[in-house]
Amino acid sequence: MRTDRYSIVSLLRETVRGHTGWKPAWRDAAPAARYDVIIVGGGGHGLATAFYLASRYGIRNVAVVEKGWIGGGNVGRNTTIVRSNYLLPGNVPFYEQSMKLWEGLEQDINYNAMVSQRGVLNLFHSDAQRNAYVRRGNAMRLHGVDAELLDAGTVRRKLPFLNFDDARFPILGGLLQPRGGTVRHDAVAWGYARAADRLGVDIIQNCEVTGFLTEGGRVTGVETTRGPIGAGKVGLACAGNSSRVASMAGLRLPIESHVLQAFVSEGLKPFIDCVVTFGAGHFYISQSDKGGLVFGGDIDGYNSYAQRGNMPVIEDVCEGGMALMPRIGRVRLLRHWGGLMDMSMDGSPIIDRTPRDGLYLNAGWCYGGFKATPASGLCFAHLLARDEPHAVATAYRLDRFARGAVIDEKGMGAQPNLH
Amino acid sequence: MRITCPCCGERGLDEFSYRGDATLSRPAGDPPLPGAGAEAWAEYVYLRDNPSGPHRELWYHGAGCRSWLVVTRNTRTHEILDTERAVNVVRATRKDAEA
Ligand SMILES: Cc1cc2nc3c(=O)[nH]c(=O)nc-3n(C[C@H](O)[C@H](O)[C@H](O)COP(=O)(O)OP(=O)(O)OC[C@H]3O[C@@H](n4cnc5c(N)ncnc54)[C@H](O)[C@@H]3O)c2cc1C
Ligand SMILES: [Zn+2]
Repeated sequence: MRTDRYSIVSLLRETVRGHTGWKPAWRDAAPAARYDVIIVGGGGHGLATAFYLASRYGIRNVAVVEKGWIGGGNVGRNTTIVRSNYLLPGNVPFYEQSMKLWEGLEQDINYNAMVSQRGVLNLFHSDAQRNAYVRRGNAMRLHGVDAELLDAGTVRRKLPFLNFDDARFPILGGLLQPRGGTVRHDAVAWGYARAADRLGVDIIQNCEVTGFLTEGGRVTGVETTRGPIGAGKVGLACAGNSSRVASMAGLRLPIESHVLQAFVSEGLKPFIDCVVTFGAGHFYISQSDKGGLVFGGDIDGYNSYAQRGNMPVIEDVCEGGMALMPRIGRVRLLRHWGGLMDMSMDGSPIIDRTPRDGLYLNAGWCYGGFKATPASGLCFAHLLARDEPHAVATAYRLDRFARGAVIDEKGMGAQPNLH
Repeated sequence: MRITCPCCGERGLDEFSYRGDATLSRPAGDPPLPGAGAEAWAEYVYLRDNPSGPHRELWYHGAGCRSWLVVTRNTRTHEILDTERAVNVVRATRKDAEA
């Protein structure tokens, strides 16, 4: 276990030394023969799970097995928004738990994740939409989550350049969650990886799981491109690849994989100081600390494992942006990319045991799993350590679909491309 | 990605809407609740193979001929391997069943 902490002292020391003394943030571990717990997938959720297993549940003989490199999946592809503005009872306590963990994360993992509680503002454009947001805001406040309803005048003072008087979609106000905001996504992956490594967790990159070891029906390890590894328990945190990996254990999941695209513009002077979502189309935007506008919209809507999307959604997102914020029309796009979404049938996640003994599942995050990273890690660690769900994740059961106990936050039914 | 509709030729993606896996088949009979059959319904409504590779899927040509299509597409590359009218696929399966 290593003890070198990042601090003002280490920074000054390295400044004097010309930054020659920094060490790799985590060891490049080779697989051991056996671990108490193997986590498949080194995204945010897998790394957070390993960290909480080691730090809160005292289970340190843990490996995170990642087919590519840490941060190459969705944890490094998302638009960095964190919020807990949910409506349904199964969801609100979980996402609020996540928000509380974000608030203490940098101290917990001794890493600057640039947690920025700049506020998340959801605009509304009709009376019906206002009513829906009043209801959501009240549900949040009843659960102790912060929510403020802003009228059009207040929004106008905050963001004077929005298109308030659009004939079809005038801006009538917004629901603000002041504690919502953004977190530097790569730093979350690196910070959890470093903190878990320090507690003895092996992070094994370039190691793809290709099958499971079983004994009398029980999963006892994984087959990988770097050989078999034994395990007391195996936890899947494979996001967009969940169905593919689970199928190696003979499981079919209530999940489709879809592609979501995101966009970053050239750097501009600061002018958007919160996250803004357009209520009349699917468009959301924030401005990164480097000045780039970070924005996105809907998933493309067809099954995909390609990590890239198509033109119709790009056009749709740009149209949404122009409808909301005409002043960005001449801004140039710097980059755009796609990531694989594990779209569940009701739009809510699964953190549960599976019908296979020894195999545990964390999946179904749709396009909102980044904000869930800390709570997902904590609850999955709890499940792996105690074999019972964490108090804030009791609703996220795999059998809820067959029981008719779906958590359909959007009210869309079993149509994953609409969640 | 462009889809070659058997009726209309090669068209842009924005003319189509997506319905998902074309290989699912509705369990026969009424849903007997509770009891046997409920499981088959839950599987049909909620579970998916979700393959990485060739996928048979339903698309609707809403801004064209309004046909339902069965498209075979590689989900890893978006390459379209085959396009048929869904009605012909159904007729062919019925004929197989009768034969
Ligand atoms: C464009 C975009 C924008 C988004 N915006 C937001 C947002 O603003 N807010 C928000 O809350 N969420 C957002 N999300 C969703 C969020 O990023 C995901 O829900 C979340 O990151 C998923 O969890 P993860 O970090 O563990 O996934 P990942 O980082 O994808 O981790 C899964 C890992 O599993 C690995 N893996 C897969 N198969 C195997 C195998 N066989 N063996 C070993 N390893 C394997 C993969 O390589 C991958 O690294 C967005 C997603 C995208 C793509
Ligand atoms: Zn047609």
